[in-house]
Amino acid sequence: MEERSSKIAKWCLIGISVAFFLLMLIVPLFEVLYRALADGLEAYGTALGAKTTLSALKVTLLATVIAVVVNTVFGLIASWLVTKFDFRGKNVLSTLIDIPFSISPVIAGLAYIMTFGRTGWAKPLLDGINEALGTDIALVFSVPAVVLATIFVTFPFISREIIPLLYAQGRDEEEAAAMMGASGFTIFRKITFPHIRWGLLYGVILCAARAFGEFGAVYAVSKARGKTFTLPLEIDALYMAGSADSITQAFAVSSLLVGMALIMLILKNIVEYRGKRDDL
Amino acid sequence: MKKRGFICKTVCFTLLAACTAMALTGCGEEKEGGTITFTNVSYDPTREFYEAYNELFAEHYKETTGSGIELVQSHGGSGSQARSVIEGNDADVVTLALAHDITAIENAGLIEEGWMEEFERNSSPYTSTIVFLVHSGNEKEINDWDDLIKEGVEIITPDPKSSGGACWNFLAAWQYAKTTFGGDEEKMKEFVSKLYHNVLVMDSGARGATTTFVENGQGDVLIAWENEALLTLQEYPGEYELVTPGISILAEPSVAVVDENADKNGTQEVAKEYLNYLYSEEAQRMAGKYYYRPSDETVLQEFADTFDLSVNLCTIDDFGGWDQAYEDFFADDAVFDEIYAAQ
Amino acid sequence: MKQAKRKKSIIPGFGMSMGVTVAMLSLLILIPLASVLAYSFRLSGKEFAELLTRPNVVQSFVTSIGCAFVAAVINSIFGVMLAWVLVRYEFPGKRLMDGMIELPFALPTAVAGITLTKMYSDSGVLGRAFEKMGIEIAYTRTGIIIAMIFVGIPFVVRAIQPVLETLSPSYEEAAYMLGASRVNVFWKIIFPEIRPALFTGFGLALARGIGEYGSVIYISGNSEKNGTQVVSYVIMQKLNSGNVDYEGAAAIALVLLIISFSMLFFINIIQHIASRRTNA
Repeated sequence: MEERSSKIAKWCLIGISVAFFLLMLIVPLFEVLYRALADGLEAYGTALGAKTTLSALKVTLLATVIAVVVNTVFGLIASWLVTKFDFRGKNVLSTLIDIPFSISPVIAGLAYIMTFGRTGWAKPLLDGINEALGTDIALVFSVPAVVLATIFVTFPFISREIIPLLYAQGRDEEEAAAMMGASGFTIFRKITFPHIRWGLLYGVILCAARAFGEFGAVYAVSKARGKTFTLPLEIDALYMAGSADSITQAFAVSSLLVGMALIMLILKNIVEYRGKRDDL
Repeated sequence: MKKRGFICKTVCFTLLAACTAMALTGCGEEKEGGTITFTNVSYDPTREFYEAYNELFAEHYKETTGSGIELVQSHGGSGSQARSVIEGNDADVVTLALAHDITAIENAGLIEEGWMEEFERNSSPYTSTIVFLVHSGNEKEINDWDDLIKEGVEIITPDPKSSGGACWNFLAAWQYAKTTFGGDEEKMKEFVSKLYHNVLVMDSGARGATTTFVENGQGDVLIAWENEALLTLQEYPGEYELVTPGISILAEPSVAVVDENADKNGTQEVAKEYLNYLYSEEAQRMAGKYYYRPSDETVLQEFADTFDLSVNLCTIDDFGGWDQAYEDFFADDAVFDEIYAAQ
Repeated sequence: MKQAKRKKSIIPGFGMSMGVTVAMLSLLILIPLASVLAYSFRLSGKEFAELLTRPNVVQSFVTSIGCAFVAAVINSIFGVMLAWVLVRYEFPGKRLMDGMIELPFALPTAVAGITLTKMYSDSGVLGRAFEKMGIEIAYTRTGIIIAMIFVGIPFVVRAIQPVLETLSPSYEEAAYMLGASRVNVFWKIIFPEIRPALFTGFGLALARGIGEYGSVIYISGNSEKNGTQVVSYVIMQKLNSGNVDYEGAAAIALVLLIISFSMLFFINIIQHIASRRTNA
């Protein structure tokens, strides 16, 4: 009796969970595909091959790559600082690093506009630098602005993954190595890095996933379609264009991002699996 | 060994990324030898028109000067587009929904005074008006403004706080109330208040409102730009009807060269030509084809079948110009806030 | 960094990592954010109070917090169930389900937004089905809640999963043996164990929901009358209007930030107390 009711409970729970899972997570994915292909494969191909889509893809990839690289460098250095040394204000510092997590992305974009925009206080400074170097770099409404906004919202992603790992590892090994006269870089490479390899990769994947999907922050600093638009902005533009065709195109471009998201999920699972195996 | 590989790769990657970034930012200047890049910052409903016009102009430009031109478009709510230009969006020309937005750019020092006289007809190469779009059959019998305040009528219109088109919508309704109630301020406010309380969805832009009404099937009536409404009729034949109210407003979208940017980019000449060419016969006809009323009288007559030319139109001058109208109606705590908060 | 009092660490790289961390943090995050703060402080106390008591602002806070709360509660229920099913049961498709739980993290919010809107509007698959039952979802608060459930579910599942994994089934078995009912076992034995984790997941999902923009704006309808404007939308509205109101936008953003911070803080305290009680 007990056995049977336990079985019933089990399959009930599984049933409800699977239903919830399908309804909330899987159906939307198929909805994207279904709508993307509503006008047939040819229209799908045209939508993806459009000049604006390709340009958006380029900007998206560029911003993602740079954001990941910058945040990796920063994440490694910052987590080294936070976990290997004691200094006053450490807690404040680690809280500050996490700020972008809790800030509305819209405000992130706004922050750059208020600082580097034409009316921002840092604009004369920027003009001075541009003049001195003979360049014409704008930090708002340009590709660099998109990159900066992307970096902002993904800033703590990597340090957050590494810091707990480094805390758990402690400092003894590094201290021993330093005592024996190893250089900082060698210590990092030989001792620290193997411990955080999988955590780092995991952080990179999360960071990349967030970077190519960012909307709010980029929306504020990117206005020119076909020049500074990223894929999410292109989707918004197509969706807002209002005609049935363009909405189908919006979903076609969305399917591209869904594909990228799924790849990230698969990578994440591989990394998690390998990481667990290495730990054993 | 394996780990050193990883670090080397990271370093190379960083350098590569930095170089790409620099190359991309440098693009603008390098191109100037052959092709110039030229940015037109516009508002939402002009997407299709400028897409077509840009092709026309690029051809014209190639013919007259022999060099190529790459035209970049930017669309969004008129107010926010103006703001982005003030903040540093590198627009060579702006083609916005209302003169007020261009004045804002002028006040920021980017556009020289007297831009309104720079081009013909108050720098408005095309005009439009406000109409209603209803579902085929018009079951709720919406024929004029007073039908909108009937109980159970669900209206879709964008938010005047963020959309230029929505400001025109509001003013048209106000003008109707003014003539109906003979200037009795209380009654007029009551009327528009009732109207706005029938609004079901208030999107942030005209385009969003159209999408909500047409694609997502919300509401009974969309208060829309005439060009948006006609475009919808063309896209969805037989599903919608256009209703021209007894009174509406002549909406005059304005254009201007953003002098500071154009001078910096060396595009002043092109910019003038770009906007002047809007008044050419071909361009005027194209505007008509995309359901904007051409400002050229003779071309306008060619489209007499498309547009209801008999509608009684007031202009923004009836409200004392845009700056005055904005101050009176849409600023914080002005009429719109008052009537929307009532009830 | 001379003032930084620290125990002498033998590990090298303090100066370098401190320099890089502080420099990058300041340039990319703190300085731009300071500009926003400076803007919001341009408002006098009275203006600030007036702005925040405007009916549409108050309503947007009610909407955002209310919907996020309901979504977080629903997510807590289904999150516990999903985590339980994933940890305790074996069934076909389990690995897939486990791997896909984080889809909402990886899927760009704009894509999620337009897809959910299409699905639940009158012309969509689910929207039509629900309409027949007389339930409207798109352009109502229900729609907002659904979008928030979508973005929040992984927080709860991922918070509870590790706790359940470490929880040995032997206690439950013992309880069953002593004749305890299934409900009793859950409330008396399992729930106290997962409670701190549940609070964390709940808090994260809630915080995410309150600040959510991309996935909500399309489905919400943004009607003041129906109370479907969320706070992020009101911020955007301030930035998009003809007379752009930076001070107002920054001030509302500041309040939003304080709310999410204090909420996370509060939940941390509860969690702390709870964990002490269970340990005692």
